[in-house]
Amino acid sequence: MAVDRIPSGTRDVLPDEMRELRAMTDRIRGVFERAGYGEVYTPALEYERRELAATLPAYRTFDEQGQVLVLRSDMTVPIARIAATRYAHVDPPLRFCYFAHAYRGVRPQRGQSREFLQAGAELVGAPAPAGTAEALTLLCDALDAAGLKTYQVGVGDASLYPGLLAAMEAAAGARDLVLAALVRGDFVGLEREVRALGLAQDEVELLLEVPRIRGGPEVLEGLSGALEQAAAGMRATHALLEPRVADRLIFDLGLVRSLGYYTGAVFQVYDPAHGVPIGSGGRYDDLLGRFGRPLPAVGFALNVERLHIALTEEERGGR
Amino acid sequence: MNGLRIAVPRGALFAKTVELLDRIGIDTREVRENDRKLLFEDSGIVTMRPSDVPTYVEAGAADIGITGKDVLMEQSEREVYELVDLGYGECTMVLATAAGEDRATEALRRLGVVRIATKYPRVAARHFVETGRQAEIVEVKGSVELAPLTGLAEGIVDLTATGTTLRENGLVVREEIARCTARLIANRVAHKLKAREIDALLERIDAV
Repeated sequence: MAVDRIPSGTRDVLPDEMRELRAMTDRIRGVFERAGYGEVYTPALEYERRELAATLPAYRTFDEQGQVLVLRSDMTVPIARIAATRYAHVDPPLRFCYFAHAYRGVRPQRGQSREFLQAGAELVGAPAPAGTAEALTLLCDALDAAGLKTYQVGVGDASLYPGLLAAMEAAAGARDLVLAALVRGDFVGLEREVRALGLAQDEVELLLEVPRIRGGPEVLEGLSGALEQAAAGMRATHALLEPRVADRLIFDLGLVRSLGYYTGAVFQVYDPAHGVPIGSGGRYDDLLGRFGRPLPAVGFALNVERLHIALTEEERGGR
Repeated sequence: MNGLRIAVPRGALFAKTVELLDRIGIDTREVRENDRKLLFEDSGIVTMRPSDVPTYVEAGAADIGITGKDVLMEQSEREVYELVDLGYGECTMVLATAAGEDRATEALRRLGVVRIATKYPRVAARHFVETGRQAEIVEVKGSVELAPLTGLAEGIVDLTATGTTLRENGLVVREEIARCTARLIANRVAHKLKAREIDALLERIDAV
């Protein structure tokens, strides 16, 4: 193995890029600190907790006693641990931010990163809708500070589609196939799996229609049943937002996240200058309970490298 | 011009694709008349090999694109939305071997592993894993039918529309793996930020 090579999906950062990245993250850090979000750092090496893992860790090793150590795959789970253990006797709400690398496995030849820098914030102990509105406002403030002009934030509800399937009493195994197609973005497969559920015609039509509903606040009007419940939650959040934040939102009833711990509102950050999402987040109201301190929570993470690409593309005037 | 950049595949799907785009009101005359040019600003069309369509759409270099299900199966890790089965360009992904006694079955029984030549290594590997058989996948870039005739492999996994090429080379279909048609795919960000334009296009496609 050549000693002058680095693993695919990792990279060196040289001074010109580093200066730009640092300037951007310093502006974002200023926004977080002013909003009362204190910066924390947690170990890159953690004990493996398979039941909590957002995505299965890609890099494992052993410590001196033979226990499995992993490189962390996100910062949300460690911050939930901090809130539940180090702040066990501090009254909520708790506010934390971080600038830290996370590690994921890559598929070959895809230009994916094994190691990537995330800038994020977590708000613990603030339920929906007020907590969600605070997180969305902080997210937009951070993106403004980074210098992005044309970004938009997709907002959905992770419980919406599983809730619809449960209310229709679809069989559990078949339900997973439907959700898997939705997460893949495979609308052709979704239609096939939904039709295979053997539901009434109006239920089938609803399940096929919902993932296509996305747009301004007008898409939340005139809904019924389980759909209206989810929409009411999104409207309540929307009503708390200042126009500068509210105008950035795209309500997206088909937005689902592959990370297992999301329970309610989910976010995804888009910029027309970049073809892939540059950040994401959502509510994880059950996660802290697994560390013994049940508190609702919400947060987001921005991919700093993608943010930098989007900023550069915006400055060049798009594609 | 509808504000969308559309990736159009050259090759077998090209004729039916421009026909569809014509019928939904996108002017493709320039595209049909010029087979060297790649980027057509007026209609928003870019032309490329079918297997490159998911690459451009995933990166957002095109907002939407048309390609075969065979390409999407082979590149299943691409993060794009697969919106519509367009129905045309129907083909079948098959396992074929030389006519007569099935050499593939014999190889599996006596050697424990069968050699399969294909342009679709991942589709082929998945098919053999799912059916519980061991295969050694040999990737070739073209004229896959040659492989079993020369002893490079016992069988092939390939796409066939009419079966003519297989027959002419003395091969017979042993298993059907999947039916493939043309699909409309979309970039994940464009699907949200250009929702109105994409939905309008889907409505026009539904209407024809």
